[in-house]
Amino acid sequence: MNEKTIKRRIFNNKLYKIFVFLFSFLSIIPLFLIIYFVLIRGLKYVNLKFIFSMPKPMGEIGGGIFNAIVGSFIIVGVAALIAIPIGIIVGIFLSEYKEKKYTEIVKILVDTLQGIPSIVIGIIAYLWIVKPLKQFSAISGSIALSFIMLPLVIKSTEEVLNLIPIEIKEAAYAMGVPYHRIVLKILLPSGSVGILTGTLIGISRILGETAPLLFTAFGNQFLNLNLLKPMSTIPYLIYVYATSPYKDWHNQAFAASTILIIIVLSINLFGRFMEKKWKM
Amino acid sequence: MRKDKVFKIVLLLSGFLIVALLSGIFLSLVFSSIPSIKEFGINFLFSKDWDPINNKFGAFPFLIGTLLTSVISLLISIPFSLSISIFLSEILKNKLISNIFQTFVELIAGIPSVIVGLWGLFILAPFMRTLQSKLGIQPIGVGIFTASIILSIMIIPYSASIGKEVISMVPIEVKEGAISLGATEFETLKSVTLPFSFNGIFAGFLLSFGRAFGETMAVTMVIGNANKIPESIFSAGQTMASLIANEFTEATTKLYTSSLIEIGLILFIVSILINILGRLIIRRFSF
Repeated sequence: MNEKTIKRRIFNNKLYKIFVFLFSFLSIIPLFLIIYFVLIRGLKYVNLKFIFSMPKPMGEIGGGIFNAIVGSFIIVGVAALIAIPIGIIVGIFLSEYKEKKYTEIVKILVDTLQGIPSIVIGIIAYLWIVKPLKQFSAISGSIALSFIMLPLVIKSTEEVLNLIPIEIKEAAYAMGVPYHRIVLKILLPSGSVGILTGTLIGISRILGETAPLLFTAFGNQFLNLNLLKPMSTIPYLIYVYATSPYKDWHNQAFAASTILIIIVLSINLFGRFMEKKWKM
Repeated sequence: MRKDKVFKIVLLLSGFLIVALLSGIFLSLVFSSIPSIKEFGINFLFSKDWDPINNKFGAFPFLIGTLLTSVISLLISIPFSLSISIFLSEILKNKLISNIFQTFVELIAGIPSVIVGLWGLFILAPFMRTLQSKLGIQPIGVGIFTASIILSIMIIPYSASIGKEVISMVPIEVKEGAISLGATEFETLKSVTLPFSFNGIFAGFLLSFGRAFGETMAVTMVIGNANKIPESIFSAGQTMASLIANEFTEATTKLYTSSLIEIGLILFIVSILINILGRLIIRRFSF
């Protein structure tokens, strides 16, 4: 092998590293661009008055997003209340009945559920709840969001339960503890960190979901606490304001996005931080 | 012991709940699409008339719009996500920096899509408009290409993290073999690591394509919402998901709603096929 080819190979190797380095860094730039522009255009409008007052009628300047903030918390809260218990039970099932063919199928279906476009989930909640009740409602939004959160809770529960050493279970069996108590009193508490992780990441995900709410929870100019009536949410409000022709509403969309992005990314980061703790 | 029995039954039923949920979703979509399927049949996929006033519906322009945006966004994303996968698994040796970098990548996927859309509408679209007028293209800013850029940003984290997983699974002995024969890192990657993990990386691209296919909000805000076959990649268009988002609440007739639901059914079937195929490839890889 002559010196020339060796030099070329070393050069190619360097070129490859530079390429990988450059493209990797380029791909995280949008993260900072998005956060930067949202904050720079939104932060100046965020204040207590914006958070705690109601929207002004269409076209009027000023007003806040209190109804949407309350709505988001209610709808996401109810969705979490539906998704967490069901998700934990399915997660236990997947980790306890590993050998069965049936479990394998359920596992693939859980992955599939996660892959369904969120707008299709919205159609389903519309067909199952909005149509029979003949009106848009907060509860239909919650149910749509719970379908999106469900696979995240299931998977993290299953994963963390799989990490628990079999000896712990065997020790409990040897002492004559009944099966349901082993799972509920020993396995679940040991896996609580993992379940919490899935819950946090799930909540941060559905807090920002808009598509499934377009024709379920719809939106509401007024403060509404009734689950059977339409309710506004922060992401829905951002969408409506951003696509409206009013300059003031655009600014408010950025302000609402500032609030949403801070909440969502903090919960997400905290969830990931917890995840790193038990996954290593 | 009776409690144990009840508990076991609850567990088994919970699995059935998932089966029932997915079958329920599928059947509901099919059932509600029947009026549209009966009226238009297979022509629904190939007709380019979307005319609510005359009750004529065809999905062709939206199929094209969806295919264009997801294929272009996938092509844009490949060099980036592949680089991240290699960077995280082969080049970065410092665990802390690698963790921080990976967190940044995953945070991109954590940004709500409506906020990505807001950014696209007010920051990226004006930028594209200036760019287009410099290039001598009709400067509309929004459109298929802008939507594709937004989508590529959103799907990079998915294929990158799957790619990283599968590249890390390549046995060290195989790589050592190449290195001991005198291969450079690049040659090891090209002739050993990548061929070895090719299927997994391909599955990652497939799954991120599935994401792009069904993504709604961000696309709806920047695609221009024009119900026609796009003349070029810079013109305004519509995807299946953005069409549903825009028109579902306005659909007044039964046939109109049913046609929109049939489009939802197409989205559902395609995303399910992509997901099952992708997961099967990954699962075979990890055994």
